[in-house]
Amino acid sequence: MLIDITKCIGCRSCQVACKSWNGLDNETTSFTNDITNPPQMSAKTYTVVNFIETRLHDKPIWRFIKRMCMHCTDPACASACFAKAITKRESGAVVYDKTTCVGCRYCMLACPWWIPKYEWDSVFPAVKKCRFCIDLLEHGKEPACATACPSAIKFGDREEMLALAKKRIAKNPDKYVQHIYGEHEAGGTNVLYLSDVPFTSLGLPAVSSEPLPKLTWDALAKVPYLAGGVGLTMTAMYLFTHRKNAVAEAQREKIIDKAGE
Amino acid sequence: MGEKVVKMGSFSFRITFIRIVLLLVALFGASIMLYRLIFGLGAATNLNDSWPFGLWIAVDVMLGVALAAGGFTTAGLVYIFNLKEYKPLAKPAILTAWLGYLLVIVGLGMDVGLWYNWWRPIFNWGYTSVLFEVFICVLAYNVVLLVEFLPVLSKRFNWKKVYEVSTFVAIPAVIAGIILSSMHQSSLGALFLIMPEKMNPLWYTSLLPWLFLLSAIAVGPAMVTFESFLASRTYNMEFEKDILGRLIKGVALISAVYVALKLWDLEARGYLSALFDGTLASNMFLVELALFIIPTLLIIFNSKRLSQKTIVAGAVLIVAGVVVNRLNVLFMGLYQAAHMSYFPALTEFAVTFGIISMGCLAYLFIVENFEVFTHEEVKLPKESAPVMTISRGSKQESF
Repeated sequence: MLIDITKCIGCRSCQVACKSWNGLDNETTSFTNDITNPPQMSAKTYTVVNFIETRLHDKPIWRFIKRMCMHCTDPACASACFAKAITKRESGAVVYDKTTCVGCRYCMLACPWWIPKYEWDSVFPAVKKCRFCIDLLEHGKEPACATACPSAIKFGDREEMLALAKKRIAKNPDKYVQHIYGEHEAGGTNVLYLSDVPFTSLGLPAVSSEPLPKLTWDALAKVPYLAGGVGLTMTAMYLFTHRKNAVAEAQREKIIDKAGE
Repeated sequence: MGEKVVKMGSFSFRITFIRIVLLLVALFGASIMLYRLIFGLGAATNLNDSWPFGLWIAVDVMLGVALAAGGFTTAGLVYIFNLKEYKPLAKPAILTAWLGYLLVIVGLGMDVGLWYNWWRPIFNWGYTSVLFEVFICVLAYNVVLLVEFLPVLSKRFNWKKVYEVSTFVAIPAVIAGIILSSMHQSSLGALFLIMPEKMNPLWYTSLLPWLFLLSAIAVGPAMVTFESFLASRTYNMEFEKDILGRLIKGVALISAVYVALKLWDLEARGYLSALFDGTLASNMFLVELALFIIPTLLIIFNSKRLSQKTIVAGAVLIVAGVVVNRLNVLFMGLYQAAHMSYFPALTEFAVTFGIISMGCLAYLFIVENFEVFTHEEVKLPKESAPVMTISRGSKQESF
């Protein structure tokens, strides 16, 4: 999915489509300094268009950025889940399933974009996040938000979208920032952004290009050696420190045996 | 103080003012736990989408596990390194570790949203997750600690067969305990490796697992020292100054290595000067560092003549250092990245203090009704116990 910030008009059709297709409850809204509404994503809101007042060529302008799950190619949340409740599907969607979830919320910490949200008001809460409308994807259709969008969202294979993004940048090199957000971030994501203002001013954090699961996997890969090393050292230490006793005992037995003879 | 003794069968429990307070705190905590189970996390905690981990994870789990490190360190010293002088410390240390880990499970059970699914990871191996390793290790270590403590339990209840088996497997159990502990103590630090952008760079380092493991090894014996001090006061026993003095010197040594590693790591990553930024995070880092450096120097400079006061002060400061460190890693570590603020609710504190009180009460009860302190045992003639015949040699140690 490619989201072109320069083409977004801030109509919030995507927000509405998302709510209705996913059957999400409405939220009590509150007044904020900008026109973003609801003010942030939550267990009831998978996607939100942030209204951001920024500057371009020294002139104040508004930009609208649709925030949602980035659907990483190597998702940190899925690697962080110890019960395999979050999985990466063939279609590229990163999908949560409550049936095996323990509710540890490590996924919420692991995500560099703070995407997974929790049903705090529920007695048996689920993690809630955009599921890329996996049901629609599997029927060959586009996610609800992409269908509803009149201008900014293009949906297709990741490679296709990257090619399209590069073409747009090449066509308008003065207009666009020379960066496709999501091409390399966290090892690459399925949601890609194009913008004419710096991504950080849109609230998108700088995320390194290394896939996050690698960081913990590198540590985990050393664990068997740690376990083996500790086990061997301790066994050796035990045998060593107790050898003295064994020797003494053996000698005593020898003496007793001889005395017996 | 007027003393009453409650008796149930062959068990008895002294009632003192402090114990009544502990009991009230435990009962209050238990009722809040019930409240949390009925009304959910949102009602019982101040956790939010920016703070999915809060007080319970920080104290009940991360700290609980770290401070229960006395179990595997002491067991290792006595049963593996064969340092017999530490033997009086082993049983109490294993008991506190066992209770500690049981309460870690209680704390975790309160914290997870779908507690009835707790067993799912046993079948759905999320092996890419650090949490999976921690989960499996903590589960297994609970069993190991039970096995390590079974000789005491079975002796009291006269379960001959259980006693024989548990003393027979004592050494493998101790080794398994050390392996499992070094695995999950370090992995609790590795949990944070997945958040390089979110975490404060003062704490985020690829050395986190090693720092967690080292500090656990240091704080284990420090906690044992502190507990021995409390026990010696409660039960009018001698404070084993010689033994604990030697132990605390070891702690100081590990603490020195820990501090050096931490400073070297900061220097290597170029954040050493950031320590003096004057921000809340950097000041908290300095507090943490001081709580390791002061006791280390205190012990090293007094190593020729360690008084009880120095030993206990050193131990308490190291424990405080680990407390501040674990809280720092979670709260200071994520503070600047979180969009929402978090301060634990009174109900969260109630559960945490309730759990701690439960642990204290269980410890007091077991110590008074089971043979945990080994003073009497030393007097036993060696051949008198029939079990010795099957568990010969070194296995006697686990008696």
